[in-house]
Amino acid sequence: MTYQAINTAPVPSLIRRIRFKAPLLVTLGLAWLALMALTAICADLVRPYEVTQMDLSARLSAPLTPGHLLGTDELGRDVLSRLIQSIRVSLVIAFGATILSAVFGTLLGFLAAQFRGPVEHLILVLADFQAALPFLILSLAVLAFFGSSMMLLVGLMGFYGWERYARISRGLAISAGAQGYAAAVVQLGATPARVYLRHILPNVASTLIVSMTLTFPEIILMESGLSFLGLGVQPPQSSLGNMVGFGREYLTRAPWIMLAPSFIIMMTTLSISLVGDWLRDKLDPTIR
Amino acid sequence: MLTYMLTRVFRAALTILLVMTFAFVVLRLSGDPAAIMLGPDAPTDSVDAFRAEWGLDDPIWKQYFAYLKSIAQLDFGISMRDRSSAIMLVLERLPATLALTVPTLLIQLGIGIPAGVYAALHRQSVADRGVIMLSIFGFTIPSFVMGLLLVLIFAVTLGWLPSGGQDSWRHAVLPILTMSVGGIGILARFSRSAMIEVMGQPYIRTAMAKGLSWRDVVWKHALPNASVPIVTIVGFMVGSLIAGAVVVESIFSWPGIGRLLIVSVSNRDLAVVQCLLLVIASSMVIANLCVDFAYGLLDPRLRAKAPAH
Repeated sequence: MTYQAINTAPVPSLIRRIRFKAPLLVTLGLAWLALMALTAICADLVRPYEVTQMDLSARLSAPLTPGHLLGTDELGRDVLSRLIQSIRVSLVIAFGATILSAVFGTLLGFLAAQFRGPVEHLILVLADFQAALPFLILSLAVLAFFGSSMMLLVGLMGFYGWERYARISRGLAISAGAQGYAAAVVQLGATPARVYLRHILPNVASTLIVSMTLTFPEIILMESGLSFLGLGVQPPQSSLGNMVGFGREYLTRAPWIMLAPSFIIMMTTLSISLVGDWLRDKLDPTIR
Repeated sequence: MLTYMLTRVFRAALTILLVMTFAFVVLRLSGDPAAIMLGPDAPTDSVDAFRAEWGLDDPIWKQYFAYLKSIAQLDFGISMRDRSSAIMLVLERLPATLALTVPTLLIQLGIGIPAGVYAALHRQSVADRGVIMLSIFGFTIPSFVMGLLLVLIFAVTLGWLPSGGQDSWRHAVLPILTMSVGGIGILARFSRSAMIEVMGQPYIRTAMAKGLSWRDVVWKHALPNASVPIVTIVGFMVGSLIAGAVVVESIFSWPGIGRLLIVSVSNRDLAVVQCLLLVIASSMVIANLCVDFAYGLLDPRLRAKAPAH
């Protein structure tokens, strides 16, 4: 019976094949992300040393020296401890920014869908503007001229990718309005806020969640790029990009300072991309 | 077609105007240029003289219109640092950046598209999987990590290539390599999926059924149709190319506009930053306009009627 069912099944589509093949990689990705999240949450508990604790007698000691699993940097600070703290900072920024840009973008998209006319045009022109300037260039200008603070950095990163959410949610909301269920609740006397939040949002949420998994790694890369250039997270606070930036000066003598955070950045963005692709195949109704 | 093109040109012009406004507003609201240039201890009369000279005492809308007017006359202001014309500073650095970005774009196109198309035509083969894995790897590795790893391997350990500077072609190898990797990954992935989608279309089946050779099916039927989405991605890549140049030029001490941007941003050199923002935004807008025109050439259906936007 089952055998027959498999035999008569149509040739598996690409999506289905990924779903059968990917789980090992996806599981690994999820495990890595869980490890990162746990590290970020328990940073204070698992960190062997204080981030700023210097030990000038043990400067630039190589990885696997007793007491310093990943070695020390130019001031004798423990690389592992700094790495753990950096993971926390980078993830918190990326997480906060992803939420911000999703909320902001979706809200604008819904506004465009609700009011149409000039409001919609204005929002689309703003989206064009956002797409016309590389985000790195834009943030460079803003950060350097307003000075770099944590709040500004999160706020700025929160603009990353809003235009995608706005375009998606506008399109989906307009098509949802045409589908009848939204019109039906409007006829029943629901306020626009209720229609959008209780009826349209749940129907478009999966697509939005998929875009969030796509923007999340890009925000990590953007933040680490800015911090690498010395314009993102400022010392004494450290982030993954800023560790790479400072480690760069010791590239020849102590490559581990720069390699450890680089590895974390790559593994994390890779994991999110894998999990996000898998999630898209699972959740996104628009590609079915 | 004409109205379609005119709308695109109008939107492009509007975008550039918005970028100019943005640059102006952000840079003027962020602080007093006089205090920044002269330092906090500057005597009052020299601050006043400075403000009068740069027109900083006028109301902001007046400054804005003066700014727009001067840009219309191709006058982008004078660098506050060394008093040379901002546009000349930028133009001086432009060739160095083009020397990196143009070869990078050619390499990306030359490797990314064939790799993606090949993978799409040989699905499930070892080559296909290799292309997928490498392309995922290519765009998850940040360019600054890639650059430093290349320096570590080829400059520090092997000593084959210099790690920075701009004296000979050998200095350009590592920066170009660093910038190429991400774009190759993105292009390969998109060309692969575009090609897979086209190969599943009924007209491909028809072409094969009427006995065309495999080569003709691919070259005359599949590739022209897959080229539209691929060209879209190429348009978007111009932006990441410029952003990539900022990081890569800073790693390899390459004297292009990316380095100039970082230096003038940290010096708060308003005129140069505005000029750079404008040059970068214009080049992206022009690239996307070219993409829009290319659609018309690639897809005869668009010539007949404008697509709904």
